[in-house]
Amino acid sequence: MTIMANFRRRVPGPSAHTRLKVTVPEMLAGVVVLSLLAAVAFPALLAPYNPLAINPPDAFQGPSLEHWFGTDESGRDIYSRVIFGARPSLLIGAAATAIGVGLALALGSLAGLGGRVLDFGVGRLLEVLFALPGLLLALVFIAIAGPGVVTSTVAVGLSTAPGYARIIRGQIIQVRGSGMVEAAVVLGRGRAQVVRRHLLPNALSPVFVIATLGLGQAVVWAASLSFLGLGEPPPAAEWGAMLAAGRTYLTTAWWMTFFPGLFIVFTAAASTVLGRGLQRRTVR
Amino acid sequence: MTRPAGIGGRLAAAARWLLAKALGAAFVLWAVTTLIFFGIRMIPGDPAEAILGGPGSQASAEALAQVRAEYGLDQPLVVQYFAQLGRLVQGDLGNSYSLRMPVSSLLGEQLPATLTLALLSLVLAWVVALGLATWSTLSGRSASLVSSGLEIVGAAVPHFWLASVLILLFSINLGWLPPVNTGSAEGLILPVVTLALPLAGFLGQVMRESMLTATTSPFALSARARSETEGGVLFRHSLRHAAIPGIALSGWAFGSLISGAVVVETIFARPGLGRTLLNAVTLRDIPLVTGVALVSALAYVLVMALSDLAERIADPRVRGS
Repeated sequence: MTIMANFRRRVPGPSAHTRLKVTVPEMLAGVVVLSLLAAVAFPALLAPYNPLAINPPDAFQGPSLEHWFGTDESGRDIYSRVIFGARPSLLIGAAATAIGVGLALALGSLAGLGGRVLDFGVGRLLEVLFALPGLLLALVFIAIAGPGVVTSTVAVGLSTAPGYARIIRGQIIQVRGSGMVEAAVVLGRGRAQVVRRHLLPNALSPVFVIATLGLGQAVVWAASLSFLGLGEPPPAAEWGAMLAAGRTYLTTAWWMTFFPGLFIVFTAAASTVLGRGLQRRTVR
Repeated sequence: MTRPAGIGGRLAAAARWLLAKALGAAFVLWAVTTLIFFGIRMIPGDPAEAILGGPGSQASAEALAQVRAEYGLDQPLVVQYFAQLGRLVQGDLGNSYSLRMPVSSLLGEQLPATLTLALLSLVLAWVVALGLATWSTLSGRSASLVSSGLEIVGAAVPHFWLASVLILLFSINLGWLPPVNTGSAEGLILPVVTLALPLAGFLGQVMRESMLTATTSPFALSARARSETEGGVLFRHSLRHAAIPGIALSGWAFGSLISGAVVVETIFARPGLGRTLLNAVTLRDIPLVTGVALVSALAYVLVMALSDLAERIADPRVRGS
């Protein structure tokens, strides 16, 4: 929903120079993304311990020089688990975003290109899905399909789709009424050619912005579902699963929840900053 | 843009508006019921078995048959579907599988707690957001920093993490507030703050942009020319402009509050619709899930209608359109 609201606002155009200049938050976000990608690619180089190796005598140790982020109930090193957790967590977020954007593309194009009846039908469907905002649609979907990492990923994708679909539909309709489409029709181009050459390329440009902004949201929502015990179960080294495990010990071992959560915050913040930056440079 | 003239015309317009909203609400309720009803039937598995606790429960054939008869699961699908719609029209949401109680009375018990939490959070979020927007509009240079900071808080800080940090800070380190619900008013503070902060961050950012535009607009200039003070411009003219996008985002705010309520009620062990929903989802208690979904869908439609009304009051440009 954040993304939708972001799209509603159009900042009145600053000059090309300020629009293209890389800001400090954008540089920080870039550093975060590069570090996360390093953790995804080479976790073993960055993590000092095996993320799954238990060591009961070391259980529930607070952050120290030896264990930067402390240890969990079985003495596993939280820092190593967070590093190894980057890959599954980001993969879940990316998969959920892909599902959401894919569904939205299908629905948005149906509504934008399929004529009045389809537009009406898709519009009513979206209206119903909007009435179950945020995590509600995801929770209803999980109630039907059962908990687990696959269903919760699909659930997150599903609950982000209506917002994206509305943006894509609006974009298609806007391009459909533009001068270039009119010109192509006047020049006698066929419908298929107009769609392929003009409508889709121009309507799809915001999809990259949506996907960048949406990735952070998807990671947060997937983690929330895991935190609630509906995603990947512990002891997997995945951020959501670590949160779920830490929930029980919130008052005694705060580091079990704090550090995986901090990485989720970093991921979401970086994706928001980069997505907004992309939007500033592409959407006019 | 023609406005209906006279009291009669206006009443007729109001009645039309009300009827349209009521029809829209009825449609949404029907569609949510239908989607869940057929969704659950598309998933492999025996609903009777699910009622008895899933495939692991090793329910006997007699028990299954009894449950099927009790819940009407032996009837053809179409009959079951229309029976459920018929009950829904009468306000009967069926019985919860897990708690063996009527869903409607369960919802009635849980609704006030969530409503209190959500309304208090909404009020706090608006106060903080308007305050931040006003402050950052007045203090020019640091404002852009505040703005991007707000946006990140609104978009990137998940409720569960914020709640954990607040508990850590105020309950465990400082010992000022209870970490879980004690039934006292004190116990409400942390849950309300957890729900309000991300919302305030996001609303504040949108309000700030709208307010900035308003303070530099021609009507603000003309007010200054009439020797209106900066404070006067702000309170008499710009605040209204800041409120408009906030109202327009009510649907989003509702989504944030209701998903936040699920997390917050679980962390702080508070009663409420959110925790009821989570338990129902975990146990796959479909009548209860349907009930919570219907109540919140209805609330959403209501919120949207109210925000529509509020927007008409705050923004003369949309009146009569």
